Amino acid sequence: MKILIKVTVFSLLTIGFFAGFSNYGIPEINPAPPPVEEEVDLGSMTMDRFIALGNKIFNGKGTCTLCHNAVGGRAPMLDKVAAAAPERMADPRYKGDAASLEAYLYESMVKPSAYVVAGFGKTGSNDTESPMPDASAGGIALSDVELNAVIAYLQDIGGADVTVEIPSGAVAEEPDAQPQDTAPAGAPRAPFASADAIMAQLACIACHKVAGQGGEIGPDLSSIGAGRDREYLRRAVLDPAADVAEGYPPGIMPPNYGEQLYAGELEMLVDYLAESK
Amino acid sequence: MRKQLTSRRRLSVCLFLIVLGVALLLVDFAGLGVTSALAQDPSSSQSVDEAVHRPAPELTAADYPQIAGVNARVFVWLAAQLHLWFAAFVLAVPIFVFIIEAIGMKTRDERYDSMAYEFIKISITAYSLTAILGGLLAFSLIIFYPHVFTYMSGIFKETMFFYALLFFAESALLYIYYYGWYWLQGGFKKWVHLTLALLLNAVGTTLMFLANSWVTFMMSPAGIDPAGVFAGDAWAAMHNFLWNPINLHRFVANIAYGGSIVGAYAAFKFLSATREQDKAHYDWMGYTANFIAISALLPLPFAGYYLAAEIYAYSQQMGITLMGGIFAWLFIIQAVLIGTLFLSANYYLWCGMGRSDGAQRYNKYVKYLAIVIIGAFLVWFTPHTLVLTNEELKTLGGPYHKYLGPLGIMPAKNTAVNIMILFTALSFLIYRRANRVATVSWVSAGNAIQAALFTAGIINILFLGIYYGYFTNTVYKVTASIPQVLTTLIIIAVSISLDTLMYRGAREIAPLKWGRVPDRAQYALFMLAVAFTWLMGLMGYIRSGIRQHWHVTDVFRDNSPDAFTPTLGYAANVVSVGTILFMAMVIFVFWLSQVSTRKSSVVGYWKA
Repeated sequence: MKILIKVTVFSLLTIGFFAGFSNYGIPEINPAPPPVEEEVDLGSMTMDRFIALGNKIFNGKGTCTLCHNAVGGRAPMLDKVAAAAPERMADPRYKGDAASLEAYLYESMVKPSAYVVAGFGKTGSNDTESPMPDASAGGIALSDVELNAVIAYLQDIGGADVTVEIPSGAVAEEPDAQPQDTAPAGAPRAPFASADAIMAQLACIACHKVAGQGGEIGPDLSSIGAGRDREYLRRAVLDPAADVAEGYPPGIMPPNYGEQLYAGELEMLVDYLAESK
Repeated sequence: MRKQLTSRRRLSVCLFLIVLGVALLLVDFAGLGVTSALAQDPSSSQSVDEAVHRPAPELTAADYPQIAGVNARVFVWLAAQLHLWFAAFVLAVPIFVFIIEAIGMKTRDERYDSMAYEFIKISITAYSLTAILGGLLAFSLIIFYPHVFTYMSGIFKETMFFYALLFFAESALLYIYYYGWYWLQGGFKKWVHLTLALLLNAVGTTLMFLANSWVTFMMSPAGIDPAGVFAGDAWAAMHNFLWNPINLHRFVANIAYGGSIVGAYAAFKFLSATREQDKAHYDWMGYTANFIAISALLPLPFAGYYLAAEIYAYSQQMGITLMGGIFAWLFIIQAVLIGTLFLSANYYLWCGMGRSDGAQRYNKYVKYLAIVIIGAFLVWFTPHTLVLTNEELKTLGGPYHKYLGPLGIMPAKNTAVNIMILFTALSFLIYRRANRVATVSWVSAGNAIQAALFTAGIINILFLGIYYGYFTNTVYKVTASIPQVLTTLIIIAVSISLDTLMYRGAREIAPLKWGRVPDRAQYALFMLAVAFTWLMGLMGYIRSGIRQHWHVTDVFRDNSPDAFTPTLGYAANVVSVGTILFMAMVIFVFWLSQVSTRKSSVVGYWKA
């Protein structure tokens, strides 16, 4: 009996160690809940909101960033896809029939093997077959509205004209609204009206000096526009790890501002920084 | 002579009939689509197609029956996991019992036969628990996930039918094999007995492969269209993308697991034994069980790597979810567990060197082996990124530590695990030499070749890991792991073969004294069994979890209230509860095997 007790206690302690380590020795990560179809309020849709919806789908339900990210190198980055599209459509390896950027982006999502960027094909396929699934089917199953929203987002971040039509029922003009605390739960927030409001919301000055005021963890932004162009500034917000200013540690700046900002807000912020000279 | 020939002829006939039987069985399986082929006949199939070949249903939360106070998912999870643990054990034991019995027949050393019998005796009680838990799992699926069960049984009805029939065959063979042990002894009868073991393993492995096909279909469905409509080819559904990788991984893992559980049994009996001869017997049994566990443990990481690579090949998204997404931290827990396994197994070997006074020559090397294995474990354990506060980030200068950060990526871990495996093999080689001195004339040359082999191999593994891991792009980082694995396997195979030749006819300088081993070595065996059980539970969670919110990946969505992916902490708690339940049942099985041999006579109870 003594042996039985000893063995039992020893086994329980071992199990307890494994359970304890799993609960307290590693960070607690809450997996995202199962995705749901975006409820799109077409009545209040604006192009900025539509682009923001694309951004949200790109980073969420679409699971695009699982592969299209700067870390894993498993799929091409899409920030310059707009510029690269004409060249790809003219490539002899191109098997699709798109004639415009919008059609090319749509085709890339529903028939990913129409053109496989060199080095990103399935192993052994000699870049003729893409490992990417059809985004309109299977587990991702984006609706046409969602696919169009992603196209709008990709056109926008690529600096191209957004040619996707806003779904019918949308308003044409961006309302000059302020963020409202009283917005109904689940509704998209109203966009920020100014770069100051954005920077206040994102607490940029906690790390950066702006107009001579703020922290010193990150580079001084007071005259950042004098030495950096708009492309650099946009990239610095969306992907802070891409170019780290000399003398400053990498990885400090949160990488998800691109997800928090509407496309219009991003441009507003970039404008402000570019003009800070 | 004539008698021997007759015996061989009988054996040949016997084996031929077995092969024929297995072949017929396989042909039968290959023709699983018979019913389905009929269904595709345009003249008769319309109603069958409409009735059976439907798309995967779109369910709502209301379609999942609930029982007050019972969490359906956790209940099914525990039932499935407990069934799997026992099934792994009872399928593994006959594999090595077959080998041990064959060794006994070859060497005519009865100790092997006795040990094989004792192994199979343990699995007999575990076998009925396996069946009971299988029934519990089937009932719980029917109760809590009726639509999933209906959908799956619509596709796998033939395999489920054959599965049930094969269970009869498995039971019959196991019982004849076990109860006929002392009846089928000597000469041709012994061959018949060994043949029964072979059949038992063939049926058991087939059973496992059938059940694996259902599980892997849920991960990588085949034989259905995107809406989930079954095309009617059951073989296509069975032979899905991940079926064989899982078959291989489970086959190897089961052997290692079975060895560890039997090792725990031997440890328990050793600790309970009071007589020297019993201690000697159970020490030998524990050593053999640990040897089996280590032998299967060494190739297991490679089988796991192959499985992970195939998951990537099937779906890059699934692969990234597995290794780089929400489950990434699970592999740090896995590193702790596998580190525990390797350290326990090595520690047991080192303690076992005390059985022979001749081992003292090698004691000085143990600390270096320990340092390298622990070092390799720490590399494997190092995470890539760290979750830090802003202050810590600023101090550290980023999310990656300057020196430890590079150790977090896969090439470093591949290198570490190969080194860990090599040094475990080295521990084993030293243990083998403990009580003997080689007498062949080429001892010095043999030792030099072995030393050169290990040195060159380790340099090659380090070079591959460092060069391809840090100075090339991602594609080569992954590809470099294959030559690393080959290097390790070649070193192990060649060095053990060389050692066997060198120590043929070796002089024994200090005999092994079985039973002369500290009690703490037995706890190492227990730790091996507990860590293995817990690790299997954890990996069961991730295997199932990478389907995320799908019953059948991308085809049949899980819309139950429990469709969310549980956190690692939550999963660890469920696995811990399961492990406690399993270990309690296992100890119950050990206890049963102990009381079954006790006999007490009460004076005055029976009529004179």
